[in-house]
Amino acid sequence: MLGRSILRASNRAIARQSLGKSTRASSTAAGAEAASSPFYLTLTAALATAAAAGSTAWYYHLYGQEAFAMTPAEEGLHATQYPWVHERFNKTFDHAALRRGFQVYREVCASCHSLTRVPWRSMVGTMHTVDEMKAFAEEHEYDTEPNNEGNIEKRPGKLSDYIPAPYPNEEAARAANGGALPPDLSLITKGRHGGCNYIFSLLTGYPDEPPAGAAVAEGMNFNPYFPGTGIAMARVLFDGVVEYEDGTPATTSQMAKDVVEFLNWSAEPEMDERKKMGVKSVALLTGLFAISVWVKRYKWAPLKTRKIVYSPPIGPRR
Amino acid sequence: MAGFANAIYSTFIRKNTVLLTTAFAGAFAFELAFDITSNKVWDSWNQGRQWKDIKHRYMVKEEEDDE
Repeated sequence: MLGRSILRASNRAIARQSLGKSTRASSTAAGAEAASSPFYLTLTAALATAAAAGSTAWYYHLYGQEAFAMTPAEEGLHATQYPWVHERFNKTFDHAALRRGFQVYREVCASCHSLTRVPWRSMVGTMHTVDEMKAFAEEHEYDTEPNNEGNIEKRPGKLSDYIPAPYPNEEAARAANGGALPPDLSLITKGRHGGCNYIFSLLTGYPDEPPAGAAVAEGMNFNPYFPGTGIAMARVLFDGVVEYEDGTPATTSQMAKDVVEFLNWSAEPEMDERKKMGVKSVALLTGLFAISVWVKRYKWAPLKTRKIVYSPPIGPRR
Repeated sequence: MAGFANAIYSTFIRKNTVLLTTAFAGAFAFELAFDITSNKVWDSWNQGRQWKDIKHRYMVKEEEDDE
């Protein structure tokens, strides 16, 4: 048995060696022919290669490059990334900041921007007490249902009312703001590329003077972060515009930070609960995954550790 | 070990009613314990950030009125 297998192996090795020798011989022969090819063949090959490379480059130049419809100024400056604590996976909103941010919205933003998707009641137990919110709601007048004679009267606001808009409709808003429409702020952090970073950069990014060479239209203001750089809203946050009840110094960046956090809350009021739920599910699913790994190993242990032995039948050699 | 497993089997698994009761009571107890623990961890991560941490500043006056 052993003698036969050695013999077979050596036979195969010899066959392979002879085969290798023959192919090597043929390839060296082909190389020798190419080396002695006439000049016109070399020239043609070189020209064809040059034409192929040139046309590829020309085609890429025409169609391969990314096309930008807008200039960098029209895209707007990229907003700086800020380390927002409330954007971490295990952090809630800072509700003291929400309270300050709502104050900034009421006293500064609300004169032009609506917040129509947020009812007064949603601030109760989030940043204000019931009595405070009732007082805020009662400062505004709302239409009643038609009475017996079909007349619509006015009533003070209730907790279930939504925050009233500063203008009755879009046309009125545009007419009061030189043709520009102040956007509704309820979902603004979700609705703008860059979210919190963009709004913070926009609010704090007004330079004292537009840079030399920048074209600023009549009635517009220069802000590098706004796409197109010309924005109808002027800088509104100046140090001390608002007086915080908790004694926080009302600097421009502090107010911008608070109002950005408040606007993020108005866009995602469920965020605190959602993150808490997420942390709980991840913790539970981790445990379940560990159990499933253990069960898999438990069930497979006999299959993985078994040993299959081949015992050949004992009989006469054939 | 075998004695322990046998004890568990004869106490909890042998009778179906006992098994079901154990499963439901265990689920209830686990949920309670898990929720309490995770809420505590969450509140320690977010100390001072939530409304319940700051509302005493604004609720004090109201409580005095009630008393």
